[in-house]
Amino acid sequence: MRYYTKTDEWVKVEGLKATVGLSKHAVTELGDIVFIDLPSVGDTYKKGEAFGAVESVKAASDIYMPIGGVVVSVNEALIASPELLNQDPLKQFLIEIEEFNVVELEDLKKE
Amino acid sequence: MLYDKLIFELSSPSRVGHDLKHETNNLSKLPANLLRDNLDLPEVTEPDVVRHYTNVSMKNFGVDTGFYPLGSCTMKYNPKINDQMASLSGFSGLHPLTPNSASQGALQILHETDSMLAEITGMAKFSLAPFAGAQGELTGLMIIKQYHTVQGDLKRTKIIVPDSAHGTNPASASVAGYEVIEVKSNLDGTVNIESLKELMSDEVAGIMLTNPNTLGIFEKDILKIREIVHGQGGLLYYDGANLNALLGHAKPGHMGFDIVHLNVHKTFSTPHGGGGPGAGPVGVTKALIEYLPGPIVVKDNDAFVFYTPKHSIGRIGTFYGNFSVIVRTNSYIKTLGKNNLENVGNYAVLNANYIKESLKDDYLLPIETVCMHEVVFDGLKDKSTGVKTLDVAKRLLDYGVHPPTIYFPMLFHESLMVEPVETESKETLDHFISIMRQIALEARENPEIVKSAPHTTVVGRLDEVLAARQPRLKFKDN
Amino acid sequence: MFKYFPHTEEDIKQMLDKIGLKHLNELFNPIPNEIQKRASLNLEEGLSERELVRNMHLISNKNKHLQIFRGAGAYDHYIPSAISSLISRSEFMTSYTPYQPEISQGTLQYIFEFQSYICELTGMDVANASVYDGATATAEAMFMATSHTKKDKILVSKTVNPSVLEVVKTYAKFRNIKVVEVEEKEGRTSINDLQNHSDYAGLIVQQPNYYGLIESYEEIGQLVHENKGLFIMNSDPSILGVLKSPREFKADIAVGEGQSLGLPLSFGGAYVGYMATTEALTRKMPGRICGITKDVQGNRAFVLTLQAREQHIRRAKANSNICSNQSLNALWVSIYLSLMGPSGLKAVNEQTYTNSHYLKEQLLKTKLFKPVHDDNFIKEFVLEANFDIKRAEEKLLDKGYLTGLNIKDNLVLFAVTEKYGKEDIDQFVEVLSNVIR
Repeated sequence: MRYYTKTDEWVKVEGLKATVGLSKHAVTELGDIVFIDLPSVGDTYKKGEAFGAVESVKAASDIYMPIGGVVVSVNEALIASPELLNQDPLKQFLIEIEEFNVVELEDLKKE
Repeated sequence: MLYDKLIFELSSPSRVGHDLKHETNNLSKLPANLLRDNLDLPEVTEPDVVRHYTNVSMKNFGVDTGFYPLGSCTMKYNPKINDQMASLSGFSGLHPLTPNSASQGALQILHETDSMLAEITGMAKFSLAPFAGAQGELTGLMIIKQYHTVQGDLKRTKIIVPDSAHGTNPASASVAGYEVIEVKSNLDGTVNIESLKELMSDEVAGIMLTNPNTLGIFEKDILKIREIVHGQGGLLYYDGANLNALLGHAKPGHMGFDIVHLNVHKTFSTPHGGGGPGAGPVGVTKALIEYLPGPIVVKDNDAFVFYTPKHSIGRIGTFYGNFSVIVRTNSYIKTLGKNNLENVGNYAVLNANYIKESLKDDYLLPIETVCMHEVVFDGLKDKSTGVKTLDVAKRLLDYGVHPPTIYFPMLFHESLMVEPVETESKETLDHFISIMRQIALEARENPEIVKSAPHTTVVGRLDEVLAARQPRLKFKDN
Repeated sequence: MFKYFPHTEEDIKQMLDKIGLKHLNELFNPIPNEIQKRASLNLEEGLSERELVRNMHLISNKNKHLQIFRGAGAYDHYIPSAISSLISRSEFMTSYTPYQPEISQGTLQYIFEFQSYICELTGMDVANASVYDGATATAEAMFMATSHTKKDKILVSKTVNPSVLEVVKTYAKFRNIKVVEVEEKEGRTSINDLQNHSDYAGLIVQQPNYYGLIESYEEIGQLVHENKGLFIMNSDPSILGVLKSPREFKADIAVGEGQSLGLPLSFGGAYVGYMATTEALTRKMPGRICGITKDVQGNRAFVLTLQAREQHIRRAKANSNICSNQSLNALWVSIYLSLMGPSGLKAVNEQTYTNSHYLKEQLLKTKLFKPVHDDNFIKEFVLEANFDIKRAEEKLLDKGYLTGLNIKDNLVLFAVTEKYGKEDIDQFVEVLSNVIR
């Protein structure tokens, strides 16, 4: 079960951890992704705050937190090979977070 | 044959391209820890250098080569006399910190150009310092901010920009510290008045507009826009990128604009140089003269002197701007004079409408009304074979024509913006029209040849994804 | 008919027919009448080429031809003859931004070569295709630092050219960035004063500094990094031909004015600014960047890349609004460097050093000046005058000399390049002494 923001990020909750990624739509719109800017482990962000950026040949976009939390892991493979995101955006998470509040899921779209 | 050598690949140790001797070794008197050990620059002879850059130039296409209808860029003929005047030794050999008494000629050029541009645009005074259109925009926005600050009006934190605007407009507004709010456009790209009324408030510092707009359509409600913005204490800023259409028919100063920037490399024929140097002079109404970036040139009895305006936004470049480009501007305006400047708009707009009528059967025309100096198509009329604007542009290269601007303005998905400037003849336009029709035909009957174009250029389509994913940005990365 | 307008009466008639209109004026119906009737231009009629040339010659002759002993950001270096015919080639001059790379390989290639030259001179990993001038390059570097560190205070050494500092202040003011000056001691940046500062985005210094002095920046660079700031060096690229590179001084961003690489003085412009940085900061750097790629047939080719950082895509989120570069001047500088090579740059600096030190020695011999700083300079130096500087300056202009710049109080900043010989210097010193006594 994924929850989607209006800005095309998704969040998937698995117990005390949650993973955040980009929607298929966003990735298709961007085209071939050439670069991803991700935060460091330990960084904290509020819901709606920009935590990174994704860049393709024709566009660059900030990525926003669907819910607030602390970053506990970052998908290093994507930094080295951003094209992995084009291949399967739903399989590739951007970051894993903890210490979030499930109440913040309420205004997101369930899919 | 593709000339494919980099200057670094022509190098051979001990070759020289200069004849400077140094019999001394005085640099060794400096502390050793300040000096470098090694400098890896190519060692080539003078003939090597000349042959190399001559061959490199042949991989380029300029206005002098052929038709260059880049919308929004006004690629008109660059008169060679202007280059010659800029290299007169009295201009090119003059140090910028030469006292006024010995640089009256340079100051006269600046003052004359300022006055002539003021007359052409209906403004009161110009600063010639901004190095480019984008810097002119930034300067204009800084003037707006300074003005409101000095008036004590500190709650104006926003700038209105049409959603059809060129990317530099919102970027400049951001760099100037403003929040950008977009006003909706009508279907023809003109500002939606109702939408503007809703957005305008006493928190808005001003509005940035270009007229004609980025779709080549004249903002006929400009006087209403002036009323709405001025009515709540905001200022009107004019992006002069499209001024070519108005020469002889309208002056921005009479349309209510408080600040104007011009692109002399567009409207005033200075060469684009592959991307610069150009210049973006900024003109203002009388009320804003004291906010211009300093120093400006004024007359003191019979002499020209520098003057720093009382509330100046400050200096925006080490010296006075791209002086050599201003000399060219001065020379162009004098060559055309009143009689010919007043005809520029006529021929530019005639050309664009001729293209519009001639291509509307093959290319989708989203706006039917009379256009100004440029016309926007939304790709091919018949999109059934999947040929995109990008493909059409690449196929034009095979026919020896520089493509129009593509994918801008962003109001349409397959934008193709054609600006056939006033120095282009009917023959050139007819030739372009027949090529465009030919490509439309190919798109229907042989789409593959269009989709895989270009075929006859020195290089084919480039892998831009590779360039961005694995950046190799200097020779040692090669 | 005018020599740049091709439209004949017949052409106009045929085109209007196609459009379905009778008169040219009808094309302008959307413009309100009250605006159109005021559109007439109060200017002279156009001049013929012969008349124009006469007009421009008269104006240019009002500028004095002078022997130049002043620098302060613009230098009278010798310009090799091969450059002007190459940059005048119309494929270079009359082309525009290389947005269609297939027919702009010329421009893209020379930009790539320019970037490579700047990286070699500065020791950095990546350079952009140039910016407007050295001062705006410095301001852009300031934005890189504040954006990267998320701090809104920037330090600038008092030994930076005051005009450059003014430009930095203009840009800073509108983004609410605080510019704080670091004191100088005996003509160089004071590391003691630098230790009083903390919590800043970075420090901007100049090399050689405004007084012409070469500063040793190792400790300063280290201190800036200890404070988590970025170290920004604005260097004369011609002198970088012999000096330790900004990278070796641990700079994070290298910027500067390219005029000293063979560009004419031209009353202050057009010049060219350069920017170069480390790999880590690549995406924070504004401006155009050219990279290598392949075409569909596997040929090596050049293309503008990393454009998603730029204003036309990021729009309001862009770090900078810069759209163009000073392309043709980047080409000019590249050709200069190609002709000079490492030995030429060394010779320029060697000869410049010899000249400037000889000039200082001869000026001191006149007893009209006192020394101020030490001798670690190459192109410029400061002396203290004990006479009326303003009067002397005017008299020297009459004699055909642009003397040193009075920077403050009785201090004069002199410069001399490799373009001049011993005889020129001797003559200048003699005339100067005569004019003062």
